[in-house]
Amino acid sequence: MSLEVRLKHRLGDFVLDAEFATHGHVTALFGPSGAGKSSIVAAIAGLSRPRQGRIALDGRVLTETPRLFVPPEQRRIAVVFQDARLFPHMSVQNNLLFGWRRAAARARAAARARAAAKAEAATISHVVELLGLGALLGRRPHKLSGGEKSRVALGRALLASPDLLLLDEPLASLDAARRGRSCLISKDWRGRRSCPCSMSATRWTR
Amino acid sequence: MSEILTLAETTALLLSLRISGVAIACALPFAFMTAWLLSQRRFTGKSLASGIVHLPLVLPPVAVGYLLLVVFGARGPVGSWLWDNLGIRFVFSWTGAALASALITFPLQVRAIRLALEGADPGLAEAARTLGAGRLDRLLNLTLPLALPGIVSGAITAFAASLGEFGAIITFVSNIPGETQTLPLAIYAALQAPGGETEAARLCLLSILLALLFVTVGEIAARRLWR
Repeated sequence: MSLEVRLKHRLGDFVLDAEFATHGHVTALFGPSGAGKSSIVAAIAGLSRPRQGRIALDGRVLTETPRLFVPPEQRRIAVVFQDARLFPHMSVQNNLLFGWRRAAARARAAARARAAAKAEAATISHVVELLGLGALLGRRPHKLSGGEKSRVALGRALLASPDLLLLDEPLASLDAARRGRSCLISKDWRGRRSCPCSMSATRWTR
Repeated sequence: MSEILTLAETTALLLSLRISGVAIACALPFAFMTAWLLSQRRFTGKSLASGIVHLPLVLPPVAVGYLLLVVFGARGPVGSWLWDNLGIRFVFSWTGAALASALITFPLQVRAIRLALEGADPGLAEAARTLGAGRLDRLLNLTLPLALPGIVSGAITAFAASLGEFGAIITFVSNIPGETQTLPLAIYAALQAPGGETEAARLCLLSILLALLFVTVGEIAARRLWR
């Protein structure tokens, strides 16, 4: 996969000016808090529109100011947000299936064989087992601990079969004991499903 | 029921419930659209639009009834058009009372829904977008269910308030037993008649019980639905 990012964005007094291209499977953005990591994640996902710039994923141009801007719902880029952002009115199971259902419907509509196969492979039981979510499926998000929320958010993003997975501070909210394990899980998942991911982190303890 | 309430009281009670029910149900979709526009959209003249929506809350109900008479009356521009082309008449009819109640309680519904919409975390909509949910999808599966407690409590509060509407109804559609005479109008009529104090007191007690019931139900519904 290849990800090209070039953007200039102004947030109050702060001017974000970033440019990078990456061909690896995992890309990590490091920097002190306030450096603009989350802003870059938002721009790649299409949640913010840079003043100036170009973003392309595998040659597919997503943002090219001023004329082209693909809305986030059409980018097939899933984000695991710092604050999980689970839907409070849905059970864990329906949260997990939110992106999965839409990805499956889209694949069916477009009859894209590769995407259909991908969506098929991303069975919920697989992710549930991988992230240890079995006991949580019937619960509502407000009954989950911080670490559990993060795992559900990760599962929800993985099940959307995205072309790119963005993890915003993935380690900040996971409890220390789970850190090692979830790193392994992301690796395992990538190996099997070839879902590239980019993450931002202020610190990496392992 | 007929053993506790007289026939006239039952008629007034059922008419009140019907008028308020129809008024709130018909106004609800418009209230949601208005609340959505006021909370999610930016446009010029928004403060003015918000002011106009809230006008029935501060205007004397008699003035609202008079304005309705001017617009929807038999010789009013809208009223005469409706009668000539669709055969719909609001004056001296219970539908007119429902229209007046809907208008008076409209701001109550809009306020409750607007508060719920503004209280929703915009981050959730962003998350839904990255998961492939388009505009209509988000409205149906995220915005509406998240605003549901506000919608329900707003509707119940507006319903309870509508049961007490007096000025706009009596001005617009007059006080006709069995057609437009709701509970408050029946109390007024009882007070006008010689020796009607007992009847007025009975109807008043009925109104109090009804209002108490719906306000309490509204409170409980709002609390239950939230999460």
